[in-house]
Amino acid sequence: MEADASPPHLLRGAARHWRPFVAFGVIFLLWLAAAQFAWVDPRFLPSPAAVAARAKTEFTTGTLAFDISESLRRNITGFAIGALAGLLLGLVLGFSRTAERIVGPTLLAFRQIALFAWVPLLSVWFGGADAGKIAFIAVAGFQPVVINTWQGVKGLSPAYRELSEVLIFSRLDFARLVALPGALPSIFTGLHAGLIYAWLATLGSELFLNVTPGIGGRLNEGSQLFEMDLLFLGIIILAVIGLFYNSSAHSLETWLLRRRKR
Amino acid sequence: MTLTVSADPPAERRLTKGLPVWTDIAYGISLPLALLLAWGLSSRFGWPPEQILPAPQVVWATIVELWSDGSLAEHTLQSLRRVAIGFAIGVPPGLIIGAALGLLPRVRAFIWPVFTAVAQVNMLAWLPLLVLFVGIDEELKYVSIAWSTAIPVILATTRSIADVSPKLVELGRVLDFTPLQRVSTIVLPAALPSLFTGLREGLAAAWQSLVIVELFASFEGLGYLMTWGRQLFQLELVIVAMLVIAAIGLLLNASLQYLERFVQPWKTEDPHGS
Repeated sequence: MEADASPPHLLRGAARHWRPFVAFGVIFLLWLAAAQFAWVDPRFLPSPAAVAARAKTEFTTGTLAFDISESLRRNITGFAIGALAGLLLGLVLGFSRTAERIVGPTLLAFRQIALFAWVPLLSVWFGGADAGKIAFIAVAGFQPVVINTWQGVKGLSPAYRELSEVLIFSRLDFARLVALPGALPSIFTGLHAGLIYAWLATLGSELFLNVTPGIGGRLNEGSQLFEMDLLFLGIIILAVIGLFYNSSAHSLETWLLRRRKR
Repeated sequence: MTLTVSADPPAERRLTKGLPVWTDIAYGISLPLALLLAWGLSSRFGWPPEQILPAPQVVWATIVELWSDGSLAEHTLQSLRRVAIGFAIGVPPGLIIGAALGLLPRVRAFIWPVFTAVAQVNMLAWLPLLVLFVGIDEELKYVSIAWSTAIPVILATTRSIADVSPKLVELGRVLDFTPLQRVSTIVLPAALPSLFTGLREGLAAAWQSLVIVELFASFEGLGYLMTWGRQLFQLELVIVAMLVIAAIGLLLNASLQYLERFVQPWKTEDPHGS
């Protein structure tokens, strides 16, 4: 991906694009063959057909679609709360040296707490139902956003600050015309990381807190009832949603920052 | 490109460079102190209730008690042992796979998308599947910690090797270096900084997933201490475990940063703090 410096020649581009599918294809064929010729105990490795059949029943008569939508709802709500709070606090810390000196060290210390160590505390404070889950997702989304926003504003080249002093910019103009555009790449890095963390927390909250409709709860069910087809289906769905989040964040980033890339 | 004038800090800032440390500490400590004071005062008036937020002196008494009966040290050591073993299992394959993917662009072209797709699915999602294969004993902890260590190590190793400047690689070709010489004299020194970053990320991930896996299933360790405290509604246990987890995370990060500087003293401090 990184090596794509040369202009994308049509043929070479096509050659680059079929390669990854070869690997996926080989893996799929191996899976198919393993199921077909019974290389592995089917209880441990369900056949692709079994997973597909499970997907069909889950989506037609089951609750999987509802589970996914519930997970996504909590994910988006929690991420929105956390990212917004992180963005605001990060901007304050980036602009105000006093605020940075007071809050910065505490924030960095809090960041050392491993993310999932928040689960027991938050579950007592907010309960194990929806509120506790969303609180945990918000904490997960908050951390990378606040740090990257703060560092992004702070890391602006001093030359820009001097330039805006020379041009006698007001503080508002400095923020609007210089600091925000300058910090944008860093802010996006934070939002992107926050999105991934929030998705991780969505899954984690469902595995560790009360059982409510959600994709993580179904994974747990598959594990406890030894239903491998459900487990495989769940993991595939998680991967697809994760890939979708990642690639859409990535393309949004490159589109919004297109002026910077010459 | 930038003016050299702006690279020099203004004279007064240079003069006070040693000074702000104390004021910075005073500022930095003011918020925790204020929070602690508010916490102590509010608990004195019985708000919030003990089950929601135990008083600071209760937390302190718990620390003293757990420390004197040795159980805090026991849980902590158990957790540290798990991280150490899982990390040690995860690093070598991570480095080898990463090096292979970095050195062989053709292999990378095929494998990379599959790898990113697998890496995408966090260890957490594999956990319910993993339980069925390895059970809930120590093996589960080692496998999941090693797994989450290996992924950032592979990512960083591959990137660091693949990103070695083509000019340097060309130089090696011009000088007729053997592949081994090329790796040892050109690729390795150039890739070392990001390789270390990968190891640090791997250790951070190992620590994160230790907490996950101990919350998931364990009968000792810091994660277990938290689960237990939550079930008994003894939040002081939860808070003590969180404090220890934060302290160890800080310690691990700081010591690896120190090691990084020790191993490559030529690397100067990045002013923007990358």
